[in-house]
Amino acid sequence: MQLPKPLITAENLSVSHGGAPVLSGVDFTIAPAEIVTVVGPNGSGKSTLIRALIGLEPAATGQVTRQPGLVIGYVPQKLHIDASLPMTVRRFLSLPKRVGNADAAAALARTGVPGLEGRQITRLSGGQFQRVLLARALLAHPQILILDEPTQGLDQPGTAAFYKLIDEVRAETGAAVLMVSHDLHVVMSASDRVICLNGHVCCAGTPRVVSNAPEYRALFGLGTGGAFALYQHVHDHDHDHDEGHGHDPAHPHHAHPHAEHPSHPPHDCEHDHAG
Amino acid sequence: MLDDFLTRAALAGTGLTLATGPLGSFVVWRRMAYFGDATAHAAILGVALSFGFGISVYVGTLAVALGMALTVAQLSGRGHAMDTVLGVLAHSALAFGLVAASLISGLRVDLSAWLFGDILAVSRMDLAIVWGGAVLVLLALAWRWQGLLASTINEELAQASGLNPRLERLVLVLALALTVAVSIKIVGALLIAALLIVPAATARQFARSPEAMALGATCAGAVSVVLGLWASMRFDTPAGPSIVAMAAVMFTVSLILPRRA
Repeated sequence: MQLPKPLITAENLSVSHGGAPVLSGVDFTIAPAEIVTVVGPNGSGKSTLIRALIGLEPAATGQVTRQPGLVIGYVPQKLHIDASLPMTVRRFLSLPKRVGNADAAAALARTGVPGLEGRQITRLSGGQFQRVLLARALLAHPQILILDEPTQGLDQPGTAAFYKLIDEVRAETGAAVLMVSHDLHVVMSASDRVICLNGHVCCAGTPRVVSNAPEYRALFGLGTGGAFALYQHVHDHDHDHDEGHGHDPAHPHHAHPHAEHPSHPPHDCEHDHAG
Repeated sequence: MLDDFLTRAALAGTGLTLATGPLGSFVVWRRMAYFGDATAHAAILGVALSFGFGISVYVGTLAVALGMALTVAQLSGRGHAMDTVLGVLAHSALAFGLVAASLISGLRVDLSAWLFGDILAVSRMDLAIVWGGAVLVLLALAWRWQGLLASTINEELAQASGLNPRLERLVLVLALALTVAVSIKIVGALLIAALLIVPAATARQFARSPEAMALGATCAGAVSVVLGLWASMRFDTPAGPSIVAMAAVMFTVSLILPRRA
């Protein structure tokens, strides 16, 4: 099978903040139309990883390669807009590229906030602003959507609708999606691949593989079963094609991150679950 | 009609507001108020050096203002607290400028003209320079408008969209240096920062979009110029400070009126 050219690749990426290592030895790749989710405890470097992949943080070692001219739709975790700047939602959607009224209206409707055009962005609620940011990202026709905790501030139905939307966007446009998330169960069901991060890649692979990995369970303090019954059910339902696979055959390398990093505990995620 | 000094003054002042309206709006949005001060105070050093080396005051102030602007732009983003860096640079530049000026014979008497400007003394040549500089600034801002706005909202979001926020910042910094250089004769180094910020703050009260705020700032500035010149004639007060005082009165009035957005 011909592998599609990756959109973003990181090799042995390390990032430090003021001398303190935040990420070390991370290998990463994302292919077109792939949905990859980064999970990990607070302070595990999730946001740093995606910021480094976009190029907002310099790599201390290793390197990040983005496809030339890659169009990124980025939705940051927080965005403070200075109240001294008057800006309607409609005007905001036309930055940096101007878009037509119909496209702007369609994007807002799509992300669940129709008719907000005339509102000042500094007057939006957190959830509304998050959706406007997503609408703006979609209007750029991105090859990859990069979302940092996109569902914070959304209630449960809102979160579910959000992941459904992401899946639709991917299906329609072929855009890849890279997300950081805390909604473990839902996210996992919606992702092709999950990367569990804690300063380094603890484990990576399909949701099924990662959820059974001891590193993952240790990090999130989950028993065997219990909370995961929900996830397993949803997952089996949505991703039948994964049945019986220990990992995603399209990306064998990235399910084996420790092969290159013997300093980390060598148990690989899929050992528990080899097909 | 250019023979009338008051007409020349009004034209010079309103021409300047073409640049200070949109540029001042960016200064407000980006919280660069102190930056304007630093560049303007550096201009006094430029005046002193111009006299020392016998070159045009416009060239001298532009060179020093540019140097200051680029230094500040470089230092920002290096982990220094911005207000500290600017405070150090702004006041050192003013102090060195005043010291340098005192060493040059003949400049001592004229110094207040450079600190506070003398809009009633602008020549046709000054008028041409002010309009030329203001139009140049306006064209630069119009050319980069979308990118400037996008980077002003959030530099990281702009960078992720493929823009180069550092380039946009550079455009602003250069525009600021040019504006300070052409305006020093009109309102002077101490008041140019006020002319950048006060009309923009007034316009903020009524604007719902960045473009409306930039345009409103130019209008508020132009009205301040005309009212200030009138007050200066009527009450025999210094023209530059009268203009800024009128801008401040307009801002105060705008606070009383209901805010639109």
